[in-house]
Amino acid sequence: MTKEFKRPDGRKSDEIRKMTAKVGVIPNADGSAMFSFGDTIAIAAVYGPRKMHPQHSQDPEKGTLRCNYSMLSFSVSERARPGPNRRSTEISKITEWALEPIVMIKKYPNMVIDVHINILQANASTRCAGINAAALALAHAGIPMRGLVSSVSIGKLDKNLVVDLIKEEEDWEEGEGATDIPITLTSDGKITHLQLDGKITSKELKEVLKLARKANKEIYEVQKKALKESVQL
Amino acid sequence: METPNITGERIKEYLAQGKRFDGRKPEEFREISIETGVSKKAEGSARVKIGKTEVIVGVKMDVTEPYADSANKGNLMVSAELLPLSSERFEGGPPKFPAIEVGRLTDRAIRESKFIDMEKLCIKEGEKVWAVFIDIYSLNYDGNLIDAAGIAAVAALKSARMPKYDEETGKIVYGELTDKKIPLSKDFPIIITAHKIGDKWLVDPTLEEEDVSETKVTIGATEEGSISSIQKGESKEIGIEEFEHVLDMTEKVRKKVFSTIKESI
Repeated sequence: MTKEFKRPDGRKSDEIRKMTAKVGVIPNADGSAMFSFGDTIAIAAVYGPRKMHPQHSQDPEKGTLRCNYSMLSFSVSERARPGPNRRSTEISKITEWALEPIVMIKKYPNMVIDVHINILQANASTRCAGINAAALALAHAGIPMRGLVSSVSIGKLDKNLVVDLIKEEEDWEEGEGATDIPITLTSDGKITHLQLDGKITSKELKEVLKLARKANKEIYEVQKKALKESVQL
Repeated sequence: METPNITGERIKEYLAQGKRFDGRKPEEFREISIETGVSKKAEGSARVKIGKTEVIVGVKMDVTEPYADSANKGNLMVSAELLPLSSERFEGGPPKFPAIEVGRLTDRAIRESKFIDMEKLCIKEGEKVWAVFIDIYSLNYDGNLIDAAGIAAVAALKSARMPKYDEETGKIVYGELTDKKIPLSKDFPIIITAHKIGDKWLVDPTLEEEDVSETKVTIGATEEGSISSIQKGESKEIGIEEFEHVLDMTEKVRKKVFSTIKESI
């Protein structure tokens, strides 16, 4: 791996964009949060736990975590058609899987916890920002959790590994092109979500996990700070 | 989830004495705050709060074919989505009537007031025109989304800059905004909705008040005083004298709202 790889926005290869996190952004919700990586801004709102309707969808063994990811039409350059599509449906499911291990869902049989994620502005890594916001919103809602999850995208641009992709990097075409690897880890380093699109060796992938773990710790600190700020001591 | 009858009765009793739960007078708005340029990807955007109600509106532009009946005019598309994030009352899925209503009423207030000079949005008659998309999203719902949407739509349009259009490819060059503004008239419309609860009329209802409203009149009008769109909503009938009262009341309210928001738009 070359040390001096120049990223389009001048960041170091392991440098995350400026992060901001704030909880309590939607007064109506039981819990809510905003999380951003630079120009990528996600907001999440939690409603529940409340009774699951219709009744036949109820699970007497455990509660249901239901996530819904959606992009505002003007969050991207070319206006996105409003409403769900295959991509958003998949991301919603992936988000549920990423979050469920940390939510003590067994405490809520027959109930549902709704997590609504909206992307206000997109410059890649939207699902990661969404997951980070959602974890905060769940904590803000006072739902019992084992910890937080933090999500980041790791990229391989040609042969160079970088952290927190922007759109320009996602569309990288030189050399081996771009490999996009969004990863979500619990605060103690367990994987709850991993996707990959591109081309990579398993040796490189091991390196990716190290980078993700390091970024994960930085994101966790930002999330923790936002939660602490929301509580008046 | 809906406002219980007993609360509704109390709202009516209060209103009969000219009072509201939050201490406002019937013709008084909550605090309005406007922030423009809230989205970097939109050509124009605004976030408007009226009390705890909050909406975000983005304007996007594209180049497309004109409609057959308006070959020399640009296209305008206004749509609204009531996000489940903004209230536990809203569900996902195809837009239901309340969302369609917000989009339609905003569309008509803007279109009928001729706020946008649609003819100036024609690039080549019958072939290429600009399309203006106004997308409205609720962020927090505490009544009166429609009036908030009206203000936000205007603020977003005023803040917008046209994207770069490559005549050779016939496509938009995204990410490159020009210094050109959307052609707008100086006199802009706003929407004021009056609601009838019991025998009384009020403006800017909270969620509870909106729940017990029996009929409403939504009026789009400009500051100069000309009304360009009206819609009576909900089924309760309105007497003619009463309707005249609504016109007078909303006119006063409109003047006040104009004077409070003018500087921030």
